[in-house]
Amino acid sequence: MIRWFVMTLIICPLLLPQSRAADWRQFRGNFTDSVAVGQSLPTELSQSVVIWQSALPGRGLSGPIIVGDQVVITASSGYYDDRLHIISLDAATGLQVWERRFQATGRTSTHPTMCVATPTPASDGERIYAFYSSNDLVCTDMEGNLQWYRGLGEEFPNASNSLGMSSSPIVIGATVIAQAESEAESFVIGVETSSGETKWILDRPRKSNWSSPTVLPTEGGRSALALLQSAAGLTAVDPDTGTILWSYQDEASRIPSSTVSDGMIIMPSSSNGLTILQPSTDGTSYTLIRSARNARPARPSPLVADGKIYSVNSSGVLSAASFDTGKRLWQMRLDGQFSSTPLASNGHLFFFSESGMATVVRPTEETGTIVSQLDLTEKIQCSPAVANHALYIRSDAHLWKFAKRD
Amino acid sequence: MFRSVLLLLAVLSPAASRLAADGPSIDVLRNVQGATGATVARAAFRTLTSVGATNLIPILEGFQGATRVGTNWLRGAFETIAATEIEAGRNLPADELTEFIQDVGNDPSARRLGYEWLLQQDETLKQRIVPDLLQDADPDFRRDAVAMLIDQAETSEGQQATELYRQALKGAVHDDQVKTIAAALESAGEPVDLQTHFGFMPEWKIVGPFDNREMKGYAVAYPPESEFDLTAVYDGQLDTVSWQNIATDDDYGIVNIAEQIENYKGSVMYAVTMFRSAAAQDVQFRLGTPNAWKLWLNGELMFEREEYHRGTQMDQYRVPVSLRSGGNTILLKICQNEDEQGWAQRYQYQLRVSDSAGAAILPSGENHD
Repeated sequence: MIRWFVMTLIICPLLLPQSRAADWRQFRGNFTDSVAVGQSLPTELSQSVVIWQSALPGRGLSGPIIVGDQVVITASSGYYDDRLHIISLDAATGLQVWERRFQATGRTSTHPTMCVATPTPASDGERIYAFYSSNDLVCTDMEGNLQWYRGLGEEFPNASNSLGMSSSPIVIGATVIAQAESEAESFVIGVETSSGETKWILDRPRKSNWSSPTVLPTEGGRSALALLQSAAGLTAVDPDTGTILWSYQDEASRIPSSTVSDGMIIMPSSSNGLTILQPSTDGTSYTLIRSARNARPARPSPLVADGKIYSVNSSGVLSAASFDTGKRLWQMRLDGQFSSTPLASNGHLFFFSESGMATVVRPTEETGTIVSQLDLTEKIQCSPAVANHALYIRSDAHLWKFAKRD
Repeated sequence: MFRSVLLLLAVLSPAASRLAADGPSIDVLRNVQGATGATVARAAFRTLTSVGATNLIPILEGFQGATRVGTNWLRGAFETIAATEIEAGRNLPADELTEFIQDVGNDPSARRLGYEWLLQQDETLKQRIVPDLLQDADPDFRRDAVAMLIDQAETSEGQQATELYRQALKGAVHDDQVKTIAAALESAGEPVDLQTHFGFMPEWKIVGPFDNREMKGYAVAYPPESEFDLTAVYDGQLDTVSWQNIATDDDYGIVNIAEQIENYKGSVMYAVTMFRSAAAQDVQFRLGTPNAWKLWLNGELMFEREEYHRGTQMDQYRVPVSLRSGGNTILLKICQNEDEQGWAQRYQYQLRVSDSAGAAILPSGENHD
């Protein structure tokens, strides 16, 4: 674990040149691992730690991101769900700073449980990159001024899924990486962050895929890599050139995404359960460590914290396994079903069920104990964000900020 | 001094504001396509938004004929300027915007954008203009107008309520509103012909099955793709096959191959129908199917999609096409795979012809409602 912290400190400036340590800039955080380090979050959840609750102008499975003093979130609205919103809120007050609305240029059909604003936006601290199920990729500056607009739904007219698309973009260096995979057409694109121009495009397996790219930090001054997951396995890609460095052939899950922790890749595999790969320090090769067939996360991505791997199955059962050995340590049943990837911070785990139940669990080597629960009474399918000792979560209708009172 | 006064008058008058508008910058934005042009567009965006309210109406005018991405550039510029004006405590140009919104010759989505921003400073706007937009080219205006009529009908009784529902039906293009209206009219003894209201195509000729085992038939051009001969007999997957009539009385025009014919697993069916258009016109084919498909109009492939069993819904696919005056041949290729799961057994399609707002366009000679 110490190695992970050291590597984080080394990589952080390379990955995000203007990184603010307190920001949460993309799906599952800056390192796409859902771990919030050095944050003091409230563990006794109640209305007393709700700092604010803001109404949103549309639906969304996308999570919030936090850049400086702004909380940025996307939403979609309209009868055909074709109105695309980017909303910036003041992190201190929850009041809207600005909102921009665009019209989807690609398909907007989704399953009723999904919507067009399903991918979480990303930021590099200078710009916001909002991606939607319609494959519209929109870049604004931090004041909402449009910087560039890619109608990828027009450029790749068959790269859609009638159930909806959900892959969240990531930013590595000067490249925003957006993945869109379906039975009919699939691609991943690396777009230059400042110009919106295409740096590279890769064909991807023609198979439906809702997973998101993962950041693979590397050592030795090399830029972090992008891990792309699909039914064909896991592929490591140089974000600057699109060069494929290696591919691990396995039937990877197509909903939960891979996680990187302590220099290891934890990949959810449909056939082999949670699979651990150890990349070389420069990221250019990998070694298969082991697979755990008894650990099969459903929709939430796996989470690694304090030497344990956590996964939530389709029945809402939380499993904890040893990160070093893969041995299952304990299980506990949580209330409800989960789409949201849990969050680890300061020795606690934070879960949000689809029915809106927020649950804080304190894990030990032997068991997990529910510390507190708060029923938010609204459907929640996004993953939480953390910045400046505050936790943010959204439903279709609202965005909440939780923090300890001074 | 005299010159200064003239200049001031010129700046304040609507006509002059258009003269002062930054046409070249608007042209840049309205023509943006794909990845190209973003750098130039960004500069044009900055120029437009720095000038401010003078460019609001010209930006909306620029929507006409703009690319879809270009429309979003214009939208972003409009919203940036409008938000700046409101934050500065200045009113948006209400008279000009109202005039633009009410001119149905302007781009529907531009009119709607102007309306939504003007509504923020004029709460009476909706009551003043929306009732006249029941059959507008913008579906959101229609929706608002229909909703107002439904609200009135729900607080009315008897013939007055029925008449309000009849009016609402004339504008309704969204299924949730149509269902509400149809239920009310049904209760009043006036059943609604939903098939006709939405413009579904209920009568087809169909031929098959052809082989699609291992989903290989999707890429095979069987004879119906290359010849139009409704008397032909072909070698099919199981036997010789010929064109048969098939019709549906489903409210939503669903032709259910699995139930009405047979759920041939690993097969291809071709269905053809004729649409007689009163004039050459641009329309949308709105298709719903859980099966892989290809769609031709007058022998030209319009779109194709190889996706199986990811759900289906009305208006799942919207394919813009240009009809010619007179007869138009619509050919569908519908493919079933061999998956055995319960959710992978549907073999069906529904197709309707509509305008861009979703209002039915019926074959010439048929009356609407």
